[in-house]
Amino acid sequence: MALDLSDEQRAIASGSRGEGAAMAMRIVAATARLMGAPSLIPIASAHIDGALYHGDSGTLFAEKLVEGGTRVAVRATLNVGSLDLTGCSKNRLPAHERDMARRMMDAYRVLGCEPSWTCAPYQAGHRPALGSDVAWGESNAVVFCNSVLGARTNRYGDFLDIACAIAGFAPYYGLHIPENRRATIIFDVSATDPAFLRSEVAWPILGSLFGREIGDAIGVVAGVHVHPGEDALKAFGAASASAGAVGLFHVAGVTPEAPDLATALHHQAPQAIIHVTNEMIADSRRRLSTARDMARIDAVAIGSPHLSASEFDRLESLIAGRKLKIPLYACTGRHALAALEGNGRRQSLEASGVIIVADTCVVVTPILPDIEGAVLMTNSGKFAHYAPGNTGYGVIYGSMAECVESAVLARPVFGTSA
Amino acid sequence: MRAEILVQGQATRADALVLTAPISFWGGVNPKTGLIADVRHPQHGVSITGKVLCLPGTIGSSSAAAILLELVSADLAPAAIVLHEPDAILLLGLIVAQEMGHATPMALRMDRGDFAGFIERELCISADGSITTS
Repeated sequence: MALDLSDEQRAIASGSRGEGAAMAMRIVAATARLMGAPSLIPIASAHIDGALYHGDSGTLFAEKLVEGGTRVAVRATLNVGSLDLTGCSKNRLPAHERDMARRMMDAYRVLGCEPSWTCAPYQAGHRPALGSDVAWGESNAVVFCNSVLGARTNRYGDFLDIACAIAGFAPYYGLHIPENRRATIIFDVSATDPAFLRSEVAWPILGSLFGREIGDAIGVVAGVHVHPGEDALKAFGAASASAGAVGLFHVAGVTPEAPDLATALHHQAPQAIIHVTNEMIADSRRRLSTARDMARIDAVAIGSPHLSASEFDRLESLIAGRKLKIPLYACTGRHALAALEGNGRRQSLEASGVIIVADTCVVVTPILPDIEGAVLMTNSGKFAHYAPGNTGYGVIYGSMAECVESAVLARPVFGTSA
Repeated sequence: MRAEILVQGQATRADALVLTAPISFWGGVNPKTGLIADVRHPQHGVSITGKVLCLPGTIGSSSAAAILLELVSADLAPAAIVLHEPDAILLLGLIVAQEMGHATPMALRMDRGDFAGFIERELCISADGSITTS
């Protein structure tokens, strides 16, 4: 199918809004052709994952966009960068990389993006309306935006997110088309232990299983009788999008496009039903840990996606004024950090041994100390997935309560009742 | 046989590397070495540089394109990429690399069921997308 561009879109591609916007429109159009999209649609907002430093080329691309005074055409929040610009934490990037990472973050701000620096923009005031078309990047932000907010986005990769934000348009295909948002697979958790479903590790573990089982299909979780809360859906989406290629999930009776199972299926028969068993859950939980030595921990990391204000409340109540013997890295954005400032909460957490990491996180930039054979404990399915490859740390998976107790006692502790 | 061209690029003759599990380029491939870094991946530790990389699927992070762009600019990219289906997240890396003035590998589409015939073979890929094994 040939791509049909409007006069306005063709004019932008020819340079009517400058060479940066022209390059952005060429990239959007090339992607539309690649994916077989018939046209481009206007977008209401964007979330940009491209400001994380992976090498010099990404910085040079951003600076090329900046040339000629290019600006984003829609609201655009920024995902994490490689540097903690708040100064809460320090990282070990060498001087050249630090300089290039800083230049990259600067370039995206010059393009007019908001310096939100978070992977949880949806908890930092950026919540597009149900049914609106947007161009969001970062796998957890994408899946939350589609699934929990019901706004429509494909999984926009680096470069395409900023290109769409500058052009103001996105290719019309995939999850922008209402019919394509239909669940085809039922992920039935009704036979699982109800105590597990109520536990705080349930949703990251289920998400990890869901991602592996579903791949890039759209599934609907059935058998959930109580709304698990936004932070649980956040953890589920993040885990599913790191273990698989999930861009949209539904939870019958919980998420906005699934008031009930039949609606999520668009009143059609499912292609498959996955009956989740307690054994599948136990296996999924085991797979989250990679450490050979389950008796050692060197660090604890939480906050992938970034901790919300209520997750900080929970952290404070679990620490209960005690000293941590092992550093606990709490990754968050400025939106949640602001609530900890000014009333001594941040100082009190830091005095306990919490290292707050803002604007970035411990798996995207070298913050964790380089220790041979080191082990990281985490409650995040996403950290569990990426930490071994990106940090060299082995992983032990546990609940936030288990993570805190382990940090207090300097050894992995399991089965705390909290 | 002839594959559909997803992104134009350079013709090549190179060994096939058929991955047996989907991969996330970000976190799964080291952009400084071209080695598969995901410890849970069956081909962990294998280099994708200079190979005809046959991907049964891609998963995970939306930063795959950034890693592919870095690999292209550091001359560590695969010689060609063969995908079961078009993947905008990964292939944007090639589209942007071309905007930045780099010569890029070609991206092709083939059914993943055909990958088995490529294992441990050298492939010759022409500019029109035709593939011969030797």
